[in-house]
Amino acid sequence: MRTLAEQHAGNRRSRHPAEHPVLETRDLGIRFGGHLAVDRVSCAFARGTLTAIVGPNGAGKTTYFNLISGQLAPTSGRVALFGEDISGLSAPQRARRGIGRAFQLTQLFPRLTVRENVRLAVQSRAGIGLELWSMWNRHVELAEKAEHCLHRVSLADKADRVASTLPHGDQRKLEVAILLALEPEVFMFDEPTAGMSVDEVPVILELIRQIKAQGDKTVLLVEHKMDVVRSLADRIIVLHQGRLVADGDPATVIASPIVQEAYLGIASASPPEHAMTEGAAHG
Amino acid sequence: MSAPVSFLGELLSGDRPRSRVLAVLLVAVLIALAAAPFLFPGTRSLNVAAKVAVFIVLVASYDLLLGYTGIVSFAHTMFFGIGGYGVGIAMGKLGAGWGSLALGVAIALVAATVLAFAIGLLSLRVRAIFFTMITLAVASFFQILASQLSWFTGGEDGLNFKLPPMLLPSTRLFEAPLFGVDVTGRILSYYLVFLCALGLFLVLLRVVNSPFGRVLLAIRENEFRAEALGYRTVVYRSVANCVAALGATCAGVLYALWLRYTGPDTTLSFNIMIDILLMVVIGGMGTLYGAVLGATLFVVAQNYLQDLMKLASDGLAGVPLLPALLHPDRWLLWLGILFILCVYYFPNGIVGRLRKTRT
Repeated sequence: MRTLAEQHAGNRRSRHPAEHPVLETRDLGIRFGGHLAVDRVSCAFARGTLTAIVGPNGAGKTTYFNLISGQLAPTSGRVALFGEDISGLSAPQRARRGIGRAFQLTQLFPRLTVRENVRLAVQSRAGIGLELWSMWNRHVELAEKAEHCLHRVSLADKADRVASTLPHGDQRKLEVAILLALEPEVFMFDEPTAGMSVDEVPVILELIRQIKAQGDKTVLLVEHKMDVVRSLADRIIVLHQGRLVADGDPATVIASPIVQEAYLGIASASPPEHAMTEGAAHG
Repeated sequence: MSAPVSFLGELLSGDRPRSRVLAVLLVAVLIALAAAPFLFPGTRSLNVAAKVAVFIVLVASYDLLLGYTGIVSFAHTMFFGIGGYGVGIAMGKLGAGWGSLALGVAIALVAATVLAFAIGLLSLRVRAIFFTMITLAVASFFQILASQLSWFTGGEDGLNFKLPPMLLPSTRLFEAPLFGVDVTGRILSYYLVFLCALGLFLVLLRVVNSPFGRVLLAIRENEFRAEALGYRTVVYRSVANCVAALGATCAGVLYALWLRYTGPDTTLSFNIMIDILLMVVIGGMGTLYGAVLGATLFVVAQNYLQDLMKLASDGLAGVPLLPALLHPDRWLLWLGILFILCVYYFPNGIVGRLRKTRT
């Protein structure tokens, strides 16, 4: 089966010339009734980069993610992967083309074991889901891959537990392990460390650092903790009320007045001189 | 030592009972069915044994939908009927040869696949409840069709048909009786039904333990996640629907062959649909071994509870109230109570219960 997976990966890469950005959104937007949740966001993500997406609650970060990975259909604009328009593809099709997603609200198979949760992701990657006659537990190499992914998030000792019985932090780790198992080209993390205890967070951050260090993957990270963003990201984009309001390297973006106003000014205790602009932004 | 063990593992597709009591019960059912003509001679008990074998396949194929994929379908008896009518019509119109039997089976299987796939594609894309309603509508339509097209289907009376001579009760395979039983064509028919049912069950067991079967579990557990992993759930559900329909069709073929008759009441009726649902739930959803226990318990109770009650009622003659309460005419009441208790105390079915208590 490994040969199949490699073939798959080979296809994925050779089809896509290097000059294109790995992922690109153009005028991407969605309207829920009268509310523009994401408002014509155009942005390109290059291979080997880690882009942090920040913004206050309700800024449209998760919705933007849903538009990219196909859980929602946009009302405007398009998404391109390796220069190819994938706006018309369903979520499973996009997943098979290499867009991998870890969810903010943990999405597991609750009554299956931790190992099986990950193995199903490996199996999807291997493309053998429609085999009706082989025995699932005879595909040893899939089980080994799953084991390896669990090891990377330090969940290997809990592999036989039923997913729903894990504590919250471990469920978050499992969510990340599932994403690793998909071996995507684009990793989308939606607040991967939310709700984790302080000593668990470094495991996940180290993992994201490793993925970035591989150099050939593209990482999108929604994260609230500014210290995390500052240490990991090559680039930050800021969403505010559905619009892309800032884009650049971390130091510049964090220092820019628009971010101080739209995001940091609200998130932290704002100094007096910001009080007025903040009020204006809300009014 | 290890060779036969792994052969058994292969046969069961690695899905071991995982409970000693369950293993013992399964072996007991297997032996009872395999040796039924010799252990329980007599027309009635052989009828019960054949019905158990057929219903194990029928219920197991339904569990593929309900227990494994989490789809509720009311069209399972329709596919059961397609199998029965396929054989009935082919043998009735074309004569009692093996050729017409094969043709009937082939047509039934193709028709069932096409129909299952069409229903699946039309309705599995949208909400699960919509699929359920569609199956209900199509099944009702099919039932009406079978009773109205009487020139073709025999209407409410159904179709009687003849079997190839080898399978007739008057045929004697051996001069002398075997273990005190005359080996007639009837017994040969029984073994045809039994072996086909056994084979079909093992095939279904393989399907649920394949990579495909694991995806079905994933869809049941969290469809949204399964999609995000790259599984196109519509395709998987449609295939599951087709496999289940094929299982039911085969069961229908076997049942019609055994009864030498097919009609609305033996295959298409909604009472059977409800029986199947009960058998799945009692045995345990999401495990094919549950189908074995559920079907066996249900069919045996259906057939012998009345006798048991008559014994009890007669035995208690003279005691006030009890004989009346246990009168054989009240058997449905007691069957109902039995099921309520079953569902109440074993919410995960008998198999779920047995697997939980293993040490």
